[in-house]
Amino acid sequence: MQLFPCPFCGPREESEFHYGGEAGNLRPDGDVTAERWAGYLHMRDNPKGPSREIWMHLTCGEFFAMSRDSVNHKVSGSSVLGETEHGA
Amino acid sequence: MTRHYSALSLFKEGVAGQTGWEKAWRSPEPKLRYDAIIIGGGGHGLATAYYLAKNHGVTNVALLEKGWIGGGNTGRNTTVVRSNYFYPESAAIYGLAHSLYKTLSKDLNYNVMFSARGILTLAHSEAAMETATRSVNAIQVNGIDCELFSVEDVRRVVPIYNFGPDARYPVYGGTWQPSGGTARHDAVAWGYARAASRLGVDIIQNCEIADFIVEDGRCRGVVTTRGAIRAERTGMAVAGHSSVLAAKARFRLPVNSYALQACVSEPVKPILDTVVISPDTGVYVSQSDKGELVIGGALDRIPSYGQRGNLPVLEGVIAGMLDMYPIFGQLKMMRQWAGIVDVVPDSSPIIGESPLPGLFLNCGWGTGGFKAIPAGGTLLAHLLATGRHHDISRPFDLDRFARGRLIDEAAGSGIAH
Repeated sequence: MQLFPCPFCGPREESEFHYGGEAGNLRPDGDVTAERWAGYLHMRDNPKGPSREIWMHLTCGEFFAMSRDSVNHKVSGSSVLGETEHGA
Repeated sequence: MTRHYSALSLFKEGVAGQTGWEKAWRSPEPKLRYDAIIIGGGGHGLATAYYLAKNHGVTNVALLEKGWIGGGNTGRNTTVVRSNYFYPESAAIYGLAHSLYKTLSKDLNYNVMFSARGILTLAHSEAAMETATRSVNAIQVNGIDCELFSVEDVRRVVPIYNFGPDARYPVYGGTWQPSGGTARHDAVAWGYARAASRLGVDIIQNCEIADFIVEDGRCRGVVTTRGAIRAERTGMAVAGHSSVLAAKARFRLPVNSYALQACVSEPVKPILDTVVISPDTGVYVSQSDKGELVIGGALDRIPSYGQRGNLPVLEGVIAGMLDMYPIFGQLKMMRQWAGIVDVVPDSSPIIGESPLPGLFLNCGWGTGGFKAIPAGGTLLAHLLATGRHHDISRPFDLDRFARGRLIDEAAGSGIAH
């Protein structure tokens, strides 16, 4: 069992977390084309190696950002969401 | 040299000391130019090479594989073949694959050990049984063989299931596709490779793509670890690594890569003569011809390119299996592995020209790529040979995401991916 660091609760078991998507995928504003909207909804970088992702800690209900390697699964850190990462 | 496989050639080679067998496929040096390039030496890529040569007469073809053929997901799956899908578009594509599987051993002169042993999908609640009824209706309307099973039917087919009063996963019935089954995964890769090589395709292993050659906005070939190779049309069938190649071609795909785990037990005497899938526990199990129980589970919910898998999902799979089949409690597991699958929002494949003209896609099969190999190969070969969609592949074009015409088998068939 891998431990993921929740910025609010500390290290917890991976099964307590849910993947929420790639960080920085901002919702487009205003009058957008079908292609741009499909890009936001569906298209992904899906990087091999270092990744910046949004996760939810199911037990405390908070979203946060986590830096992780998608090949060896090492976590290099997690942080409270900034404005640029969830598009608030 | 002996090329054709038959009982007679086996006998002759036996008498001659097995000295006359020709190598199953050639390993030539790559040429500078081909009519078509196929990236990916898994089942889909090898099938594409074979059907390009066989159906379209295009034999000046290079198949490029970064490792060894059949070493990715083709060698990492649970070998299930079925076509019981909800939407007509899916029934057409998986039905094509299924029908080609039935005669594949003869077509390839290679025994792929396709065994139509039937596939049972269990329903564990009254609500699941209602969904199963609706699903069977839709599948029958699609022209695919499928029956609704009662508890008694399930008991007849899988007597070892835990039907006890305290069962955690009681059975209310299920859906049954009698013509579904399994095939030998390595044989599918090797059979296609041998048949394609005999028709003139160059299979080049240990050849990784570094970049695409783009001129006048078109893909004109690839730069590889073994030099530049040019062709006017390039196809890619690289499953979980589709996004990595797409990034080199400067576009994005609606794909997330996840690990899908499976494991096999020690070989035991025949105990299970069908394939049983439990959507609620995510467990599917069959018994190989060697006697090993082949066990697959749900997707790891963590994006990954690591071909190992995570423990919590494996624990859930094993726990579910033991509750459903208490008799397996003493089995020893021999091997566990994971393949990297390309999961798409609507759980349907992507087949068609990519945003880079001249580069064609065959990806997005998610957890169900093995069963679709003959269809994926036929349809990508059609695109590479003609530049146009086959009627069956048209609905699966990448443009469906911007047009909103998704083929949502995640909802329709309740697939785990």
